[in-house]
Amino acid sequence: MSWAGKILRVNLNAGTVTPEPLNMEWAMQYLGQRGLATKYLVEETDPKVDPLSPDNKLIMATGPLTGTMASTGGRYSVITKGPLTGAIACSNSGGFFGAELKHAGWDMIIFEGRSPKPVYLYVEDDHAELIPADEIWGKSVWETDQILHEKHADPLIRIAAVGRAAEKGCLYAAIVNDLHRAAGRSGVGTVMASKQVKAVVVRGTKGISNIRDPEAFEEVTEAAKKVLAENAVTGEGLPKYGTQVLMNVINEIGAMPTRNMRDVQFEGASKISGEAMYEPRESDGKPNLVTNGACFGCTIACGRISTIDPTHFTIKDKPQYRHASGGLEYEAAWALGSDEGIDDLDALTYANFLCNEDGLDPISFGATVAAAMELYEMGVITREDTGGIELKFGNAEALARCAELTARGEGFGQVLGLGSKRLCEKYGHPDLSMTVKGQEFPAYDPRGIQGMGLAYATSNRGACHLRGYSVASEVLGIPYKTDPLVTEGKAELVKAFQDATGAVDSSGLCVFTTFAWTLEDIAPQIDAACEGNWTPEKLQEVGERVWNLERKYNIEAGITGKYDTLPKRLLKEAAKTGPAKGMANRLDEMLPEYYSLRGWTPDGVPTPETLQRLGV
Amino acid sequence: MRHLIIGAGPAGVIAAEHLRETDPQAGILLIGDEPEPPYSRMALPYYLTGNIDERGTHLRKSADHFDRLGIELRTGTRVTAIEPADKHVRLEDGREEAYDRLLLATGSSPATPPIPGIEQEGVTPCWTLEQGRAIASGARPDSPVVLLGAGFIGSIVLEALARRGVELHVVEMGDRMVPRMMNETAGGLLKEWCEKKGVKVHVSTRATAIQSGRNGHRLAVELEGGEVLDADLVITATGVRPNTGLLEGSGVQVDQGILIDRNMQTSVEGIYAAGDVAQGRDFSTGEYSVQAIQPTAAEHGRLAALNMAGRNVPHQGTLNMNVLDTLGLISSSFGLWQGVEGGDHAELLNRPRYRYVNLQFEEDRLVGGTCLGLTEHIGVLHGLIQSRLPLGVWKERLMQDPTRLMEAYLACTQSLSACKVLH
Amino acid sequence: MLKSLALEPAKCTGCLQCELACSWENEASFNPSKSRIRVFTFHEEGRFAPYTCTQCAEAWCLHACPVEAIVINGATGAKEVIEDVCVGCKVCTIACPFGTVNYNHDTGKVIKCDLCGGDPACARACPTEAITWVDADQTGYDRMQAWAARSVESIDATQGGGA
Ligand SMILES: Cc1cc2nc3c(=O)[nH]c(=O)nc-3n(C[C@H](O)[C@H](O)[C@H](O)COP(=O)(O)OP(=O)(O)OC[C@H]3O[C@@H](n4cnc5c(N)ncnc54)[C@H](O)[C@@H]3O)c2cc1C
Ligand code: SF4
Repeated sequence: MSWAGKILRVNLNAGTVTPEPLNMEWAMQYLGQRGLATKYLVEETDPKVDPLSPDNKLIMATGPLTGTMASTGGRYSVITKGPLTGAIACSNSGGFFGAELKHAGWDMIIFEGRSPKPVYLYVEDDHAELIPADEIWGKSVWETDQILHEKHADPLIRIAAVGRAAEKGCLYAAIVNDLHRAAGRSGVGTVMASKQVKAVVVRGTKGISNIRDPEAFEEVTEAAKKVLAENAVTGEGLPKYGTQVLMNVINEIGAMPTRNMRDVQFEGASKISGEAMYEPRESDGKPNLVTNGACFGCTIACGRISTIDPTHFTIKDKPQYRHASGGLEYEAAWALGSDEGIDDLDALTYANFLCNEDGLDPISFGATVAAAMELYEMGVITREDTGGIELKFGNAEALARCAELTARGEGFGQVLGLGSKRLCEKYGHPDLSMTVKGQEFPAYDPRGIQGMGLAYATSNRGACHLRGYSVASEVLGIPYKTDPLVTEGKAELVKAFQDATGAVDSSGLCVFTTFAWTLEDIAPQIDAACEGNWTPEKLQEVGERVWNLERKYNIEAGITGKYDTLPKRLLKEAAKTGPAKGMANRLDEMLPEYYSLRGWTPDGVPTPETLQRLGV
Repeated sequence: MRHLIIGAGPAGVIAAEHLRETDPQAGILLIGDEPEPPYSRMALPYYLTGNIDERGTHLRKSADHFDRLGIELRTGTRVTAIEPADKHVRLEDGREEAYDRLLLATGSSPATPPIPGIEQEGVTPCWTLEQGRAIASGARPDSPVVLLGAGFIGSIVLEALARRGVELHVVEMGDRMVPRMMNETAGGLLKEWCEKKGVKVHVSTRATAIQSGRNGHRLAVELEGGEVLDADLVITATGVRPNTGLLEGSGVQVDQGILIDRNMQTSVEGIYAAGDVAQGRDFSTGEYSVQAIQPTAAEHGRLAALNMAGRNVPHQGTLNMNVLDTLGLISSSFGLWQGVEGGDHAELLNRPRYRYVNLQFEEDRLVGGTCLGLTEHIGVLHGLIQSRLPLGVWKERLMQDPTRLMEAYLACTQSLSACKVLH
Repeated sequence: MLKSLALEPAKCTGCLQCELACSWENEASFNPSKSRIRVFTFHEEGRFAPYTCTQCAEAWCLHACPVEAIVINGATGAKEVIEDVCVGCKVCTIACPFGTVNYNHDTGKVIKCDLCGGDPACARACPTEAITWVDADQTGYDRMQAWAARSVESIDATQGGGA
């Protein structure tokens, strides 16, 4: 089996660290990572808990394939109750931290309580201890990384940390690992900081040597890698352009949310696209993109490593940013760019650097700025409110300034740190918040891609593209092509995507593999690694089980079916241009069917039969 | 051409092999005075811990190794004098052996500290296989053992003794362990570590007398302050002396060791020296000193052979370096670890985890270093020092984080700037 | 024709599949900390560099070993550690100027690349051909051995003088 079989329980109240055997019965039902950690959270916490209180728990969880040679097997997730949404939060990250944790012999870490003083957790194989964090509290993620590397005198430690944004209470603060990979969404970093945990440092030298069937594992993982390599998206598009391969595509089909989703196409899209990142710039003749980089074990390597034009206004006086770092992914490019109407690639890259440096979710941050810009243009937010920032759509200087302030929790950045929902409520225009359950939308306008409307509305962690990526089918034709403008069949499609994703997110693999892989490719890999006869059907069921468990938790937390909706703008205001011109999202055509397919009541509550069938 | 080598330790054996390789026709006679097949002193600690048997200490594992190479090996044979005028050496039994070229690879012997009672039974250095056997039978678990000297060799022996489970006291005159290999911080950490592991370390003191024992123990060691330590066994590791006795009247000049030039030749033509006995060129200083370490013996042996075989291969100097495992804490030092005047240094200390790195620079080149608790890629310190690689911007980066040695080396030697061609 | 590993940093994405393959092949464990090949990351430059033993002609490790635990494999030219003979003295780890012989705390012996007996797992696993197994006279190998040449040059340059 490729679980480590061990979890680390960190009681922050008492300052203790205790190893515990992994509940294998649960592992057989929930696999690992997202599913298994959700099970632990549900069993151990009251759904009504205040997310930022000591009674909430925060779980960092790997999957059974994390740390193995399976392509992309380096993921971990952070599961907690989210402060942005009040719903269950589950943020997934790549990089190298998760695999290192697994190699140290741990499936997960459960943080409970709140430390009386700032601390960080140090894990070196079996050894774990809480160490005072005085020298890193108040520092950015990047500074923290450097200080801890030097302090421990060990180049091979891997670090996940929160930045100043989280410390200052920004509600969408991320946990950033390996400098620029993040468990980004829903404010999981805010929860970590609320527990006074600044960082987790791991060094693992034990490795994974308990693969169930080593020979079969070698064979099936190799075959699966071949599938990735030969697929146009995972073999060519993603390595070359990263997720930014989507910028022009999505813009063309009229699903590019623009200016706080007033528009569905952005005239400047090509200037901030993956292609644009290859264009040599005038000042030094270098392109924005330095190289692509992979997460642990990933044979796709979609990651962008970029530099900012050294003469650009954002950094011309800031030599500390004149190095390569995590570049724009599609979501960041959209959220920092088209949603604000900004087409300045360097400004976006700078804002993205800051999001990594201090742990901000660029989607929520960007979308919140976009909402603020709309309110500013309406005259609701004033120059006084912003501290002098001319918060107009298209103003790159304003974006850069907002990023600085929000990352550091200063001035108007504190207001932006509330997120779009609270900000719009504060200024009396809740309808202008482009959120579901309090979480900001990602980069697919559900007017141009109808299925995504349903996926957003029903997502358990608030608006999110990574819970059921029907874009794959509606735009890219994976696994089969559907018309993005029709609603028919989308309920079934979205459900299938949601369940499959639930399984992938519980395995240790990256969901981007599903551009090429189906559960038929994934199941044999899990099965060769783990006891439990993992078939595609069984995985689909794990996904469905996870989905229902999350749903049940949310309902008990008060996030009921009435929150399965979209902002008025998307339901009422038609798209002005593009293929979807004249069309709003027709959620009402999909939702009832979806509920019934899920075996839920018309109010969206899982029926006892459904829960029983799934063993929830 | 007949080559004669005195001393069948690493220097002698490696020289013989390289001579054979370079000069297939020559006669090669290798004479050693110890009764065993050529073995490695370095392996003795592992023999003591039971990690290997006697055979495991042998420098060459196949029985016919020397025969096969056409090297005549004579063990248990002592050379008592050399007579350069007649180009022969004299053996213990009075016989002579002629040579065209002679290599002195007689190594060194442990110094006997001037302590009253040192000659008693139960007091021994740990230098030869024979002594190793005696220690192995005498150092029983839980029996008290006193080790005099915590220099490099002393610390290696310490590890072996502690692993045998004896109750160990170490007495060192200097103010810390391995004072000639590491600075105070590192030596201090090492001492702390040993004590944590149950070894009693007495520094800045010396044994003033060794008396016959009490409480049922064979010996008692009296320290400067008056403290008396029981001991069933006393092991001395208080320095070494080059074996140069046989050179009397030969005209071969000796200082700390046998003086040699850059071609490994002594003051007498046709006579070469290598290994612990030779005062060879130091890479870092360009000066001549005795290093008494295995890699130097190996390097000397190889170079001496090449030069003896008629190749003019000047010695660029060997880098002084050591690696030490002290009860699981691994330390290493390289080159000018004490630094040079006007040079910069970088230091990193994680005391609770027993980790320490110290790098010494001259301008933007690395000239020395010390590592404690760090074993990954440490050889690259050797490479960086010996290649005198200009580090450029990487010096600053190393000053900031000295653990990035391998990156520094790669960045300075590989063309990393080449732009990646994406598909 | 002898083959060798060609390492091309420019093609590396830093995915560590080589480290996984290496530790899997040699230790039956997915464990980069036990890999004989390592990928080094240059954050400032956004570069990755895989690196391992170049099987250099000088064979510093082999000559430094006091017990003949490192031998040359006649078929591949690799310098191989014979585990049973190695006493774990670590002299080879400081003798190797490339830093590619490492001590394994778990076994008390050293580990280094042995070219997997002629079919290196890292080269098979590399998804971007940053590591390839090619005829020894191909250019990649020359570059890898450049250090050795370079060090000799710098030694020559200093002959006659002090440090
Ligand atoms: C316990 C111990 C641990 C060590 N550990 C390390 C270590 O970890 N790392 C390291 O670098 N070094 C270590 N050393 C030092 C290393 O062993 C020596 O540097 C190395 O043995 C020197 O080799 P050599 O051939 O010059 O001399 P030797 O190995 O001493 O060999 C010389 C040989 O010549 C013989 N000989 C002397 N005079 C005559 C004569 N007149 N006629 C015939 N034969 C003669 C000697 O008896 C001996 O057999 C250690 C030494 C000891 C004792
Ligand atoms: S560690 Fe092993 S292989 Fe290396 S020099 Fe020592 S005995 Fe030889």
